[in-house]
Amino acid sequence: MSLDIEKPASSDPDPNPEPEQSSSIGGSTRFVPGQSHDRITIVNGKVQLGQRLKDLWINRDLLMLLVRTELKVKYKGSALGYAWSMLNPALVLSIYYVVFKIIARNHQPNFAIWLFAGLLVWNLFNGSSLGATSVVVGKAGIVKKVAFPRELLALSVVGLNMVLFAIQVVVLILAMVLFGITPAWQFVAILPLGLVALLVFTGALSIFLSAVNVYLRDTQHLTEVLLMAWFWGTSIVYAYGSIFLSGHQKAHPVLKWLQYVYLLNPITPIVLTFQRAIYGVTKYSYTPPGSKVPIWYNVLPTWSVAGYSAMLVAVLVVSLGLFLLALVVFGRLEGNFAEEL
Amino acid sequence: MAVAIEVSDISKQFRLYNEKHTSLKERVIHGGKMPFTPFWALRDVNVDIYQGETFGILGRNGCGKSTLLKCVAGILKPTTGEIKVRGSLAAMLELGAGFQPDLSGRDNIFLNGSLLGLSRADIAKRFDDIVAFAELEEFIDNQVKFYSSGMYVRLGFAVAVNVEPDVLLVDEVLAVGDAAFQRKCLDHVKKFQREGRTIVVVSHGADTIRQNCARAMVMNHGKVITVDEPGEAIRVYLADLLGVGTLEGSESGGIQGNVLAIGTVMADHGGSGARSHMYPGESLTITADLDSLAAVPNGMATIAIHDDQNELVFASDPDDQACAIDVPAGGGIVKFFFPDVPLLDGTYSVSVGVRSATETAIYDWKDQVTKFEVANPGRATGRVRLPLEVRFQLRSTGTTGEVPAVGAEFAPLALPGWEGSPA
Repeated sequence: MSLDIEKPASSDPDPNPEPEQSSSIGGSTRFVPGQSHDRITIVNGKVQLGQRLKDLWINRDLLMLLVRTELKVKYKGSALGYAWSMLNPALVLSIYYVVFKIIARNHQPNFAIWLFAGLLVWNLFNGSSLGATSVVVGKAGIVKKVAFPRELLALSVVGLNMVLFAIQVVVLILAMVLFGITPAWQFVAILPLGLVALLVFTGALSIFLSAVNVYLRDTQHLTEVLLMAWFWGTSIVYAYGSIFLSGHQKAHPVLKWLQYVYLLNPITPIVLTFQRAIYGVTKYSYTPPGSKVPIWYNVLPTWSVAGYSAMLVAVLVVSLGLFLLALVVFGRLEGNFAEEL
Repeated sequence: MAVAIEVSDISKQFRLYNEKHTSLKERVIHGGKMPFTPFWALRDVNVDIYQGETFGILGRNGCGKSTLLKCVAGILKPTTGEIKVRGSLAAMLELGAGFQPDLSGRDNIFLNGSLLGLSRADIAKRFDDIVAFAELEEFIDNQVKFYSSGMYVRLGFAVAVNVEPDVLLVDEVLAVGDAAFQRKCLDHVKKFQREGRTIVVVSHGADTIRQNCARAMVMNHGKVITVDEPGEAIRVYLADLLGVGTLEGSESGGIQGNVLAIGTVMADHGGSGARSHMYPGESLTITADLDSLAAVPNGMATIAIHDDQNELVFASDPDDQACAIDVPAGGGIVKFFFPDVPLLDGTYSVSVGVRSATETAIYDWKDQVTKFEVANPGRATGRVRLPLEVRFQLRSTGTTGEVPAVGAEFAPLALPGWEGSPA
């Protein structure tokens, strides 16, 4: 009643193979024995976390390709190409510089480098979260018609911002050479750890937001506002030390506790590490005009490399947990994407 | 035979919202409540599709066939139940889905191939084949947005088939491109079949299913109606789903209906009693009951047959003296006998009338008063099964023998009856 599969001539020694039980079904059909003819894919309503992680790994080529596609599409037809991608960060940097250094008369030396160190982290986080929120809705055409791990769409936005991050790092290095600023090398060594923690945390949030936005389309606007508050709740423009290491906190025990709450923000330890490594020092002195006694200002915690590393490891562990959680949430919500879009 | 796709108890519920709130703001305003009506797009679907088989899914729009395909492909998740797919799978639900208009054809091949699950190395290996298949050698570095729709679809098809999956899901996309490209696509499908790959085709075209499939499933309202060989499945599809038996619109058009009226009209065929449908080549008898108040001499019985698209298939010759009838007072029964109905699949409606031989009066006319259906167990397609014989002979050398008269070597037609021939 159905098509008979011809067996390959004499290549099968067993005249009555039982393909149902054996794992060598590929041998009884005629296609070239190869990769994964026996792999069984199961589709059901449940979220299989292990399978999702495996699929992400299997499709890593696709992730690279999606990132490259985004880059090509974004900068196609613009003569300056990638230079444009630097315009926005450069503008932000100069605005803060003008406002805080010139108008508000901040005495902190090398303030531009300080800003750059923090913004480097923030741009990656901010750009990814914002971009990822709308990515699944924006790519409805693919999502509705092609089966692939859709988390990759969110991760491709993180990848895109990672490329922009790399370009900014190059600019930063040039600036540091130009101004003759030496980083704190022992802290530069733990920057990769900080970057990994940042990527995992950003990835988790991006995956979560991209799925939620399918169901609640104003997530996008909400994210923008919340990210703005988050930005000022992180010591990027101002110094961590100006609040928690200025002697105020001795007078106000509440500030001591607030410090711990403040550090619960996973972006803060990462920003602090980048500032510690790139800015290089934890305090600076300033002698007001007419005075001969320099005043010392603490800008960063004086923890050791191990201290900063411990914070980063804590962030990484939490982020990994959040990443798995985001995959589960995404898996739940993904089931009806094709219907909702 | 190993099962390639095992569908177990699959149900899929969609929610039909009366008013949909797609933003957090609206949700909060309405207290988070969104009244909805559950709609089951699939209900307890069970089917095993075997390795190497070409399997068709038939059904009207909205019967759940595309939803099932999307579930198998993993695009949608079933509400309950489980689907097991053995081996790699590629779904062609829409050709060129995921093409980026701003990228070149080359980049899009890599992107689309990756979306379908190929690694970069695999795509690089097949790249030339894909380009050659799509016939786009000159344009491969042009941006896809400058492609014609034909080129676009060709590229999409070329990528999808060159993925060489173990299981291929096709949603009515085979008819793409010009005639030559269509033949190439069909050749490729045949090659897939020879290679023992599993193909699932979703269609509401009975011909596609008949020509390509070994088995077919009929769906309606999210449920499986039957899984059978194509001929039988198509019959069920046409019969149960296109509404045979519902005799709407049978109206009496009698002008002088008070003299003569047509009563019950019935259709009987060679297979009556054994089955409700007939096979091509069987006989058909239409019986009409006539009531008349007075004798109607020089009457003329007429009959017309329409297909399910309401196209006229046959209408009797108004001057055919074989149709002349003399109806005495009190009436009688008129029988229309077709010894050999060469029609292929479909549901046909019968209209019957009686008029005067001089065409001055139509006594009664019953429009589409009964139906009969033909199911074709063979693989011929079309409307009519033309009598056909094929002979093969070597080319005549011209030195020996007489040239036979045209058609002389064909014996008188002896068509095999369809009785007993289907499995």
